[in-house]
Amino acid sequence: MLILGPIGFATPWLLWGLIVLPVLWFLLRAIPPAPIRRRFPGVALLLGLKDDEQEADRTPWWLLLLRMVAVALIIAGFAGPVLNPEEKVAGEGPLLVLVDGAWADARDWPQRSGRIAAALAEAGRSGRTVALLSLSDPAPEGPVFVAADAALARLPSLQPKAWEPDAEAMAALSDQLPDGPFDTLWLSDGLAREGRADLARTLATHGKVTAIESPRNVMALGEAVYDSGQLGIGVLRARNAGPAATEVVARGLDPAGIERELARARAEFRADEGTAEAVFDLPPELRNRITRFEIVGEPTAGAVSLTDDALKRRKVALVAGGAGREGLELLSPDHFLRQALAPTADLIDGTVGDVVLANPDVIILADVAKVAETEALTDWIEQGGLLVRFAGPHLAASDVGRDTLDPLLPVRLRIGGRAVGGTMSWGEPKALAPFPENSPFFGLKVPDDVTVTAQILAQPGPDLAEATIATLADGTPLVTRRRVQDGQVVLFHVSANAEWSSLALSGLFVEMLERLAISSSATRPDEGELEGTTWVVERVLDGFGALQEADDMAGIPGERLAQPVPGPDLPPGLYASDDRRLAVNAIVPGRALAAAEWPAGIVVEGLAVQREQLLKGWVLAAALTLLLVDILAALALGGRLRRAGPGLAALAVAAVFAAAPGDAWAQTGEEDLVRASGNVVLAYVQTGDAEVDRVSEAGLWGLSEILFVRTSVEPVEPRGVNLETDELAVFTFLYWPVTPDQKTPSPQAYAKLNRYLRTGGMILFDTRDADVAGYGAASPEGRRLRALAAPLDIPPLEPVPKDHVLTRTFYLLQDFPGRFDGAPVWVEAAPADAEQVEGMPFRNLNDNVTPVVIGGNDWAAAWAVDDNGYPMFPVGRGLGGERQRELAYRFGVNIIMHVLTGNYKSDQVHVPALLERLGQ
Amino acid sequence: MTQNARQSSRPAGLRRQAEALASVLPPLMAEARHLAATVQLGEHGRRLSGMGDEFWQYRAAHAGDEARLIDWRRSGRADSQFVREKEWQAAQSVHLWVDDAHSMEFTGDPKRQAKADRARLLALALAVLLIRAGERVGLADAIAPPRSGEVQLLRLAQALTSAAGEADFGAPEARAILPGARAVFLSDFMGDPAAVEKALGLAADKGVTGVLMQVLDPIEEAFPFDGRTIFESMAGTVIHETRKAGDLRDRYLERLAERKDRLSKLAQQAGWIFTTHHTGDSAQAALLWLYGALGKDR
Repeated sequence: MLILGPIGFATPWLLWGLIVLPVLWFLLRAIPPAPIRRRFPGVALLLGLKDDEQEADRTPWWLLLLRMVAVALIIAGFAGPVLNPEEKVAGEGPLLVLVDGAWADARDWPQRSGRIAAALAEAGRSGRTVALLSLSDPAPEGPVFVAADAALARLPSLQPKAWEPDAEAMAALSDQLPDGPFDTLWLSDGLAREGRADLARTLATHGKVTAIESPRNVMALGEAVYDSGQLGIGVLRARNAGPAATEVVARGLDPAGIERELARARAEFRADEGTAEAVFDLPPELRNRITRFEIVGEPTAGAVSLTDDALKRRKVALVAGGAGREGLELLSPDHFLRQALAPTADLIDGTVGDVVLANPDVIILADVAKVAETEALTDWIEQGGLLVRFAGPHLAASDVGRDTLDPLLPVRLRIGGRAVGGTMSWGEPKALAPFPENSPFFGLKVPDDVTVTAQILAQPGPDLAEATIATLADGTPLVTRRRVQDGQVVLFHVSANAEWSSLALSGLFVEMLERLAISSSATRPDEGELEGTTWVVERVLDGFGALQEADDMAGIPGERLAQPVPGPDLPPGLYASDDRRLAVNAIVPGRALAAAEWPAGIVVEGLAVQREQLLKGWVLAAALTLLLVDILAALALGGRLRRAGPGLAALAVAAVFAAAPGDAWAQTGEEDLVRASGNVVLAYVQTGDAEVDRVSEAGLWGLSEILFVRTSVEPVEPRGVNLETDELAVFTFLYWPVTPDQKTPSPQAYAKLNRYLRTGGMILFDTRDADVAGYGAASPEGRRLRALAAPLDIPPLEPVPKDHVLTRTFYLLQDFPGRFDGAPVWVEAAPADAEQVEGMPFRNLNDNVTPVVIGGNDWAAAWAVDDNGYPMFPVGRGLGGERQRELAYRFGVNIIMHVLTGNYKSDQVHVPALLERLGQ
Repeated sequence: MTQNARQSSRPAGLRRQAEALASVLPPLMAEARHLAATVQLGEHGRRLSGMGDEFWQYRAAHAGDEARLIDWRRSGRADSQFVREKEWQAAQSVHLWVDDAHSMEFTGDPKRQAKADRARLLALALAVLLIRAGERVGLADAIAPPRSGEVQLLRLAQALTSAAGEADFGAPEARAILPGARAVFLSDFMGDPAAVEKALGLAADKGVTGVLMQVLDPIEEAFPFDGRTIFESMAGTVIHETRKAGDLRDRYLERLAERKDRLSKLAQQAGWIFTTHHTGDSAQAALLWLYGALGKDR
């Protein structure tokens, strides 16, 4: 194969054909274009005429060039050009295929997998043994060289992990490497990592090392930080070249429990900076819903940041008993609580009744004895609320929970409290006992200087021990808890200020509140806090950033979580202990990304496998195109195109005009709709037939005039309605003339029409054919009307009964002529049980406006007036005809009145009864 | 046509030819009559008493009138005898010559009539008009000598639609023209003008005057050709090759003008009228012109 740059030729000897080109040049130049034979009687006059120029028979140079290029392309095409020809350099000896297998690989995993498969297949062809190893998940026995087929079979089980290989694993691998020479193919994720260079150097001693990296930048999400009302999340990138931007999405559950995108923010990298920040400004309700952040378009575990309690800001309601005196803040019952909670929770103040309505997560009652809204509070607790009460002088003085268990207290209380270590009492102030194992406070260190001087006492009972979660050194309960369905009630037997104990002054107080999930720590718990706890994996992240169920993972000690560098023993995911949740992300807080640097002597290749692309077809197609152009050019030169010229031009012009179709309907403005919504506008449906539309408009104009003159209805100009584009809700009345070739409205338009009919609109269908067909299928308009009205939500119909309200809404009418007379008009049928009451002139019919009126009397033509106000069309003959026009107007007035007043006139049947009642 | 002509010697061919003729004849006749109907005949008779079919006037009989000339019906209503006089109607013989050479079969556009078709149509329509006016119409050759009457029309139509000539370019025929008659020559006059000159000379000797109508296709006037072209006459006997047809246009047009000029001069000398008609133009205008030109001193 001959290779020139990116193009190779399969059969290069054919290229020798190019030598013929100059010969061809002379040949082509010598042969003039073929003559046209024309029959022409005038030839007699031509005899003896000589051509002026002899040059004209030579082919012009550009045509020659065109032909030369075409021929050259044909020769080159048959020589089998290939783009990106593969030079197959077969290696020898075993091949070690290393994959980082970390989250950064996940995005390009299909390509990587394909590249590995290609390498394995290549090795298989040359009979090399292969070892396939993922650094993130190394086989304990180290690389084992097997047949390429066997390695290929293992490939699908190789998946990227959510963690990164650590230096130790790489060092261990260095020791496990078998002796003897082998080549290495290292598919790197492109991130700088400790131990990588050492391993590469070790590998280089065994043979050739080829590193393959994707040219794409690796991006990851750092930790989300809550700061002064805004959530900031760091975005990291491995290569710092140039400015770039990316989008970060916050996802969480919506109120229906479906995970969806809650917010989206943009992070912009400035040039030469490896980090950027995406800032979310969200209301607390939304913020608390966030379960994860993601970089858009980066399906890797590193581009996902799971959130835990650190982001949650609980809504805590503080209700303190006994108004503290102004100025004595330190003595107020809730001062220390407020100080402890304010940085990490949203505090609500108010009375119990008020705060329950706000549905907080926690309600703290500091020294409140009696609660009036017991039921509301109990309901709230049962639905998962946490009620925390602190004792104090008020509670001690009251008799709440003395005889029976108060629903808002965890235990029964004994009368009075006790005071120890005071000036008037014996004994020392009591210290706290270490927390028992079943306590949520288990593991917290009890400082020596926390003492209790006064407390209220619980009534001893069989369940007291179970309820107690913290005791004093002498065993008296300090904190008791009772679960009530989904919620719980917790009582601190001491006050929330420093009067009864120094607990409120200690750090333990804050930690206890955190353990109770009243407040959440803004920072990650440190080692000391985590010591002794055991965490259970709830869900783990896979390499692609998706959360998976963790079924068979053992509990993880808190100490491991304290150094949250994810690894096989600590996969990124969500960990839970009691009520607390902790997220472990693939990116350790404080981590920075950097591009991998390879020791000298290692070949770095791109990930993309450049596939051979045969160009033969393309080159030959180009040659064919050139030859076609040549035909046209030769025709033009020979004068044969002259006749086709105008045709081609016409075609081009037609194409241009066809490309810009005119819009049949002018877009109607919003102003029109606004005006229509504020006034009565008679509207007609545009049929697409200009004449029918003109008559409709003139007819409605005439009817509007009559309404204006005779009634208190004062319509503005009538308006044509395009069913597809116009909003119908603003119209009360639609006149719809039916033409045989009317277009059927779209489903959307029908939906609009049905909504319109349901909400009290009326459509007057007019077939304008005097109903000669009697609604059979005989008249084209009738057929069209059936087709048009089929999808409409139309109730059963009947011809207008004598006592229909339409006969008396304004004028008393019995027939409804338009330009034609005598055809029945159909309206919504009366209910089957409508009966005429004795003594009433009319039945009590439908309560609603009939949604459709159907007839064929061509009312618009009878109503139509021209610009001068004269009737546009004659109706009937002489005076009788004018009478008919008058009746047509009266029908129009009645129908508009019916639309606007509904069954008002129908209600008049009750007038006698009402008068009779008034008389009594 | 030529095909049919060659086959006409055989019985089977005769039938086919007859059918082909019959298929052409009525349309041509109809077309010609239709065209003729558009021309309002303005002149009837000579407004003189004389030989003719039309009644002119009654006059009192005077000595020398034959008794059989007396119109007894008129005389019975009066005391004196009356003679019924008729309008003098002089019948003129008109000879038509339509070029039937191959060159006339040319048309520059399939949608346009061939020159031959146009020439035949004009000739027959003219014949319809003339015969309606009582003139005698015949062809310039001996096949159809001038006669009057409707039957002559059919005869003419048949003669005109008969096989085309074998020649590439036509030459007018004047030997059979009766002395003192009128003649109409319809041709493209692309052939040798000497033949025309000779025919006109012969006609002038016999005291025959008439009209030369050159029927040309618009293409022949425009010469819209370009590129390397071999021009052939319709029968292929004359060939001219050029490498750049566009360059010939001016010289061709010059020669065409020259030819027209020469024909015009020839016509002038012989007391004839020359005109050019294009198949792209309306046939009616040409017919009117022809009729008018013939009627000038009829």
